[in-house]
Amino acid sequence: YIHKQSDLNERTCVEPNTSLADGNPMPNSPDSMVNQFRLDEENEEEQQGAINKDIFVTVDNPESHISAIETFITYRVVTRTTCSEFDSSEYEVRRRYQDFLWLKSRLEENYPTLIIHPLPEKFVMKSMVERFNDDFIETRRKALHRFLNRIADHPILSCSHHFKVFLTEEELAPHRKLGPGFLSRMSETMRAMANSVRGLRSKLEEFAVMQEYVDDFSNKMCSVDKVTNRIIKEHREYMDELKQYGPTYFQWAESEELLAEPLKGVGSCVERCSKETEEQIQHLSEVLVPTLHEYVLCADTLKAVMRRRDNIQAEFEAKNEALASRTTDKEMVDDLADRVEQANNALRGDWSRWRTSMRADLKSAFISTAAKNVDYYEKVSLTYCPSSLYAVCLQTSRTLASWFFRAALLPHRC
Amino acid sequence: MLTEGSCLLRRMEISVAEAEKRSGKNAVSIQETYTVYLVETRPMDAIAEGHNPPPDSLWRRYSEFELLRNYLIVTYPYIVVPPLPEKRAEFVWHKLSADNMDPDFVERRRIGLENFLLRVASHPVLSNNEMLYHFLTKEHGWKEMVYETGFQAKADSRLRALSATFRFFSVLQRVADRLYAVYKVHGNYGRVFSEWSAIEKEMGDGLQSAGHHMDAYAASVDDILEEEEHYADQLKEYLSYAEAVRAVCRKHELSQFELEMASQDLISKKQQREELATGIVRTFSLKGMTNKLFGQEAPEQRDAKLNLLEELIAEGEETVKEKTAECDEHAEKAWADIVRFKDQKDKDLQEALINYALMQISMCKKLAVWTRLTADNYQLSDDS
Repeated sequence: YIHKQSDLNERTCVEPNTSLADGNPMPNSPDSMVNQFRLDEENEEEQQGAINKDIFVTVDNPESHISAIETFITYRVVTRTTCSEFDSSEYEVRRRYQDFLWLKSRLEENYPTLIIHPLPEKFVMKSMVERFNDDFIETRRKALHRFLNRIADHPILSCSHHFKVFLTEEELAPHRKLGPGFLSRMSETMRAMANSVRGLRSKLEEFAVMQEYVDDFSNKMCSVDKVTNRIIKEHREYMDELKQYGPTYFQWAESEELLAEPLKGVGSCVERCSKETEEQIQHLSEVLVPTLHEYVLCADTLKAVMRRRDNIQAEFEAKNEALASRTTDKEMVDDLADRVEQANNALRGDWSRWRTSMRADLKSAFISTAAKNVDYYEKVSLTYCPSSLYAVCLQTSRTLASWFFRAALLPHRC
Repeated sequence: MLTEGSCLLRRMEISVAEAEKRSGKNAVSIQETYTVYLVETRPMDAIAEGHNPPPDSLWRRYSEFELLRNYLIVTYPYIVVPPLPEKRAEFVWHKLSADNMDPDFVERRRIGLENFLLRVASHPVLSNNEMLYHFLTKEHGWKEMVYETGFQAKADSRLRALSATFRFFSVLQRVADRLYAVYKVHGNYGRVFSEWSAIEKEMGDGLQSAGHHMDAYAASVDDILEEEEHYADQLKEYLSYAEAVRAVCRKHELSQFELEMASQDLISKKQQREELATGIVRTFSLKGMTNKLFGQEAPEQRDAKLNLLEELIAEGEETVKEKTAECDEHAEKAWADIVRFKDQKDKDLQEALINYALMQISMCKKLAVWTRLTADNYQLSDDS
């Protein structure tokens, strides 16, 4: 593989070209592509007929609270709204993770077949991460922020009474004690168990298809999540080796005279590259991993939604059967029939909504990752630009020549 | 048989024909498996006359080649001795495990060993070495013969210094391994995206093409590692060359130094003779002072001293003549050898480093893969 002189003279450095003659940004540079994509995403939401978003929520400022019984973290939840349902336009409250759990279970109870964005998981002892580790808290904070904003964006969920209470009430405790919450959850579980024994009479084709998709999607998400984590692991090991690799060039250069400069040149290229690799890994961890993780959780949410829908239908079918033996009245059966209808419609509506935002989220995460990779490779190629190395090589060969002249001195004669 | 100036290769056809696995007990009585190489020789004149005699052959292990090379390095300090192929399969690039029994590795080594022998046998000086001849013709007892020359006592720290650079190459190897793993794992993305595309209506095409790109990306690492391997080989060659050059210069400096010493010694003896003969002390010396203070010696003592000095001076002049000749000869031979390799090595070094840089860049042109991937995702239409 011999390089012609002309190859070497050509600058092979890559420079992103970000505009055409007519001034429109060319969709080739990573940043412009990501921006263009985001624009499309916003347009899409408008086409969806999304309501004008009038509730804006932020979750920030984690603080730890230490009491005699326990230690826990609270987060500040700030709401700004123009919605007429709210008495004021701005609220600030502090909430802990348990409060979020409460909100979620209330929403699930009231809207059993709507798809609610997942919460970050409870702390699991087996992972070696300390509960109050900064990274863990930050990751959780971001996930909680997304959770509330998804609800605020949702045309139906955003009107939930519990949601309002969560955002506005100073003290949540009194509200948590009220309501059938715990008991109704218990009975739902019991009903579910009873129904699963009997099985569903018939399942509408569309929901059967949906179920199949949900199962497949769940598998795929787990796989993608696993592969991504594996990629990060390999990247980290690569970076560790790079960190050792750079210095070996400098060590070697110490014992060389002729090769010293080119070796040091390559050595500093390697060092710059390992920094870039570090950034790339960080990006993966901060953008792609959390998104994939949330959609793994989403898959579980979908499964639960499907189960609840099935339960509602099962309950109706059970009562309908009982009608024949006159152990129940028609009114109850009609109520249950309505309930089934409502549940199905709610799910249908939310299903396409969910599908759209799923595609948007995942595409955005993957494109961002790809853009970051493009950025990484551009930087690395600039680092290794051969014109600078070539100059160093020229210098070396000149040094080599003069060195030989010195070494081949005429022998001393007395 | 070994006439000066006629190169061995002209009189003998040499090849490393085959490789075979053997096992046996080693020096510490542990069973081991190793590879032996068949060294074949045929007399050239017989071939020229049209006969096709069967070759003489013997089996040699890698360690014996090493021994030969070390012997030559020590015996000819001013010669650039050709390099051997690498010692261990540490530097196998395409696979993740190092295996000295790997057929690719064994084959590459066989070729490298043959090249080594051919280059040594065609060298104007090295080819005349007796140990080389015995290496090619005397299967048993050769090692003992080499040790008996006592060359190891002369071996200097140069050989030890070479091992310092092996650290560089082992790190280089590990970097290559890790890079390989990163690329290959992306192949898993390829599979998963493909499967996922089957269940998605809208994203299907985008995911499918993303999957293809992942596969292409994963496959691209093989070419990259081939280039890295080539780079490493070139660096190694340059290293052994640079080492040899350094040795040449050290030897030259040493010769110069010894010549200096001999010359100084001669001058001072001549001076002493002059002082004794004329009684005039030219330079400030203790002798001169003591003479002034205590008077000079008796004539008989002086004569005895003069005679001794004459002898020493005669010896000294011989020494200086020898050393001068040595320096001359060394400088001439060294220069000739260095010039022979210089131009080629210059080009090799430049090519190695530039290729490495360009290879890094072409690896980055995989960004084209990512750009296409991004573009495909960007393009994909999305209807709910």
